[in-house]
This record gives sequence, structure tokens and C-alpha cells, in this order.
Amino acid sequence: MKGQYFLPLFALTTAMFAAAPFVIANAPYESTMLLVQKIFYFHVPSWFVMFSAIFISGIYSVIYLVKGDRKADQIAAAAAEIAVIFGVMGLVTGPLWGRKAWGVWWQWDAKLTMALLLEMIFLGYQLVRRYGGPGSDKMSAALAVFGMVNVPFVYWSVNIWRTVHPKTSVVPTLGPGMFGAFWFSVLSFMLLFSLLLTLRLRLERQRAVLDELYLAEEP
Amino acid sequence: MFLRVALLVLKKDVAIEAKSFEIITTTLFFAASCILVFSFAFVKEGAPVQDAASGILWIAIAFSGTLALGRTFERERYGETLRALLLAPAPRPAIYVGKLLGMVFVMVTTEVLLVPMVALLFQAPLFSRPLLLVALLLAGTIGFASVGTLFAAMLVRARTRDIMLPILLYPVTVPVMIAGVQGTSALLMSTPDEALATMWIGIVTSFDVVFITFCLWLFEPLMTE
Amino acid sequence: MSFAVGAGEILGLLGPNGAGKSTIIGMMATLVAPSSGAVRYGASTAAEAGVELRGRIGLLAHELHLYPELTARENLEFFARLHGLRPSDLVDPALAVAGLSDRADDVVSGFSRGMRQRLALERALLHGPRLILLDEPFTGLDDRAAGVVADRLRRLAADGRIVVLATHDLDLADGLVTRVGIVREGRLLTDEPGSTGLRARYRALVGH
Repeated sequence: MKGQYFLPLFALTTAMFAAAPFVIANAPYESTMLLVQKIFYFHVPSWFVMFSAIFISGIYSVIYLVKGDRKADQIAAAAAEIAVIFGVMGLVTGPLWGRKAWGVWWQWDAKLTMALLLEMIFLGYQLVRRYGGPGSDKMSAALAVFGMVNVPFVYWSVNIWRTVHPKTSVVPTLGPGMFGAFWFSVLSFMLLFSLLLTLRLRLERQRAVLDELYLAEEP
Repeated sequence: MFLRVALLVLKKDVAIEAKSFEIITTTLFFAASCILVFSFAFVKEGAPVQDAASGILWIAIAFSGTLALGRTFERERYGETLRALLLAPAPRPAIYVGKLLGMVFVMVTTEVLLVPMVALLFQAPLFSRPLLLVALLLAGTIGFASVGTLFAAMLVRARTRDIMLPILLYPVTVPVMIAGVQGTSALLMSTPDEALATMWIGIVTSFDVVFITFCLWLFEPLMTE
Repeated sequence: MSFAVGAGEILGLLGPNGAGKSTIIGMMATLVAPSSGAVRYGASTAAEAGVELRGRIGLLAHELHLYPELTARENLEFFARLHGLRPSDLVDPALAVAGLSDRADDVVSGFSRGMRQRLALERALLHGPRLILLDEPFTGLDDRAAGVVADRLRRLAADGRIVVLATHDLDLADGLVTRVGIVREGRLLTDEPGSTGLRARYRALVGH
């Protein structure tokens, strides 16, 4: 998909990640959590990437199921893998932050529950592709679609569940001066996402080409 | 045409089941043993926890439903008869609907045993608002069975189908579980919270509508290799 | 691969196991979607032709498509109804042709492979399909029964139906098929008019 853009963007992303520690260090301290809050610059962008990856995977899964275009399936598979990876980052940074900031490792609020559930669904996606046998590409596509469609339902049901038994919310507010560092982090992560997606997609395409060559081999 | 084929598939499944009652009896016993095991697992001061009743009910429904799903489609696996059904000159989603109706029937039969059993073991007033409870159970069962039937059908040729079905099914049906348990708890309170229960029924119903639509659409692409 | 079959022909797809014969039959039966290209029935693809197309296709697959818990009669009645036909006219004659009239009310799980094969053939032909697809139809049949099936297929072809038959049994295919397609590892190696001497030609192309 990118061709000539790849190297420049790679250079840019590397530069941004190299600059990131300084940008984050220079961002103002949050009033109550001080240094600990700075994990937020990794945590939230991870979720941004995970959700983008999930929606890309879901939408391309729909395209694959409707049109049967293998390229759509490749994109969906590549995006699903990235969703799992960045989901793990989010699910690790979250509790680390939560423990230090609020004293709890986990809370069953809407966002966390939905994130955990989506992570499980897309881990299931990987399992299906590996162990599903014939037709596993379509099965995983169906799973990705259901995962994507489930997002509002999970959010809705957990939200109502929590209002009945209210607990403190985990959502932080952005103080002034943090926006710059925040959007810098988000941009770096999204660039990283598109780079990884391109690389993973390339790998997937090569694998498909190899499969076809193998099958087409003259006896 | 659509309904005719769906009912034909349902009648065929009932006819096969009526010869041995294997699926229904074993599912009932499994569900009952689930309830017993969970009751002992959630014990406080030597007695089953009252509040655990709704959770235990829905877990038993989910577990026994998963097994029943696997075994219903195992019957279609033997002579690859699922493929023969797909060859019928009828819209393929009709086969899905026929299978879904059969599954709902099996699960509802199980619930007819489970609900009184839970009510008895936990002294839970499950019958204080019977209509709401029935509506909740029905909506939840349909939601669970709709996704389950699609997944079980698509997994029929996979070697790992027994374990993959719950792995894929449980995360996707979490909203149904949450709504079911919360709705049942609302109905079990000393003054049943009807408004809350009705709201949960509404959530599950919209889940059902959305997911059945997707399942109907996805059935044919998933069943053609 | 690319080929066409018409009325009155008996196309034999021959090849070793795993060559792809079953997949081709599956594609012609609308059960498998080709990853590229299309299967056309007349001028339309399966999607364009609609649902009724399947009423004109009959498939006898290797797995037989019979419910072991049901009796022979119940199996045929179910499939007749599935095709929107009234079972009373069709089931008893079909059972008679299969030689199973006396076992009609016994469950299929008690049948031998040969009996199930005969019943499965009747199931496939019950709705009078125009395109008849058979995947290894002679399995489990003794010489006499296989000969009966072969005669049946000849009569069907003479009646204007299209018969496509996949088998690795060269001797039975010899003298039955009007055209031969040799399949190996997903490729159609040859497509020529059938006549005797199949085994020699087959060996020349496939090597054993």
C-alpha cells in the first residue's frame, strides 16, 4: 500500500519515538498522580491503535465475506494481529497505572471490560486461524465482524451494570499543557501502527504467494 | 418456502431426538450437576450464597447450551448431512433458522428444569414475576443460541470444534450473560425491580435482533467453502 | 481448469486420491465457491440462477448424506419434502429400485455400506435432477450392483440428463463414460472422448 512512503515514514516514526522521552518529560505533571500519570502517554495511544485495528479488521472482514476478495482477508488478519499486540500493551500498562494511581489492579467498568473482551475475541481470531482447519479464514472473519458489532452492546450493558453499582471512574482528565505531548504520542503510535500493518500485510501476501506457488508446482 | 424448510428441518431434528431423547436427557442431567457443583463452589458460612443464584442459573444455561450445540451438529456431521441440507432448493438461511429453533427448544426444556431447581436450592423467589422471567430467559436463550448455532455450524468440519465453540462463543455472548444475570437478580430482590428487569430484557432483545440479522446474512458465506 | 458438459454426456473425472475430483464436484454442486473463475449453468452462475437451481442438481457424495438414526423410508421422505415434493408418489418406487423395500422401516445405521450406497443413490435422484453429480458411486457395491448402477446412469444420460462422475475405479468407468477428464493435483490433464482403453491412457498420463 505504501511503496515509496515507507522509508520516509519509518524515519519519521523513529525520530518521533526517539524524541518522545523528552516530549513526555517536558509535559507538566498531573496534580495528584505526578510521575505515574505519564504512563498514560503509552496507555491511551495503545488503545487508539487497538480500536483502529479492530475496526479495520472488522470492516475488511465484512468486505471479505461479501466479495471473497482475499486481499481484504489479508488486511483483516494483519490488523487483527496488531490489535492483539497493542491490546496486550494497553492491558499491561492499565493495571500498572491503576495500581499506583488508585490502588486497584482492575475495575469492571465499561471501558476496561470492553477492552478485555475485545482482546479475548481477537485472541480467539488468532486461535481460529491457527487451529480452525479448512475454512478458518471465513470463520475468523465472522468472529471479527461479531467482535466489532458487539462493541456498543458490551459498552451499553456494562455501563448500566456499573451505574446500578457505582464505583469511581477510571477516566482521567487532561490538564492543560498535556495536549501537545498527548497528541504527539498518539501520532507516533498511529504511525507505528501503519508501519506495522504494512509490514505484516507484506508478510501475509508473501505467504499467500508461497502457498499458491507450492500448490501450482508441477508434479 | 423459507418457513416451510425451517420447520421441516426442525421436525426432522425432533423426529431424530424422539427416537432416543439422548440430547435432552443428558443435557438436563449435565445442567443439574452444574448447578450442584456451583452451589458448593459458592458457599458462605456453610450455605450456598443467596446472591449467586442468578449467576449460577445463567452459567448452567451457557454450559449446557454449549454442549447441546456441539452434539446437535455432531449428528449432522456423521453423513455430512449438513451439506445435503445446503443442497435444498430453498434459501440457505432457512436451514439456520430450523437449527436455531431446535436449539432454543432444547435450551428452554433445560431451563424448565433449572429454574425450579435453582428456586428450590437457593430459596430464591424466581416465580414472583413469572412473565418477566420467562421473557428474560427466552430473549437470552435466543441470543445465546443464535450466535451458538452459527458458530457450531461453521465449526462442524474443524478438528478442534469441541473446544473452539466455547472459546469463540462466550466472549461474543457476554452482553447476553450480563443482561441475563442482572435481570434475574433484579427480579430476585425482595421487591422485584420490574423497570430494571424490563430494561435488561430490552437490551437482550436488541442484541437478538442485531445478531440474528448478522447470522442470517453470514450463514451462507460461512457454509460454502 | 476449464471444461463444459452437456446433456446426454457422462463425464468421468478420473484421478488419484487428493487430485481434486471431490472439490470439482463440490463446485458444480454449489457447495464450494471457486477462488477464481466461475461455474455456469447454461448462461447463469449459481447466484444469478437463484435457489431453484439446486432443485435440478442431484449429488451423491462419498459421505452419503443419510441420517443414521432415521429409517430408510424416513430419510427419503425427508429429502423429498425438502425438495417440495410429495413423498407418497416417490418414496416407495425409489425403495423398490434400491432393493430395500423389505428394509424400509429399519434405521439406516444398521445397513451395510452397499445398502446405504444404494439408498443414497435413490436419495440423490429422488427429485429428478437434470445435473447428476456422483462422487465415488461404486464404493461398497459388488459387481452386479455396480453394473446395475452403471446401467441406470446410461439410461439417465440417454434421457437427456448430464452425468458427472468422479471415481478412481478405472475398470468401472471404462465403457461407461462418454468423456474422460483426468485430474491430478488440481489440474485437468486431459479432456477427451471416452472409449475403451482407459487404463492405458490413464497410466500414460498419471504414471501408475
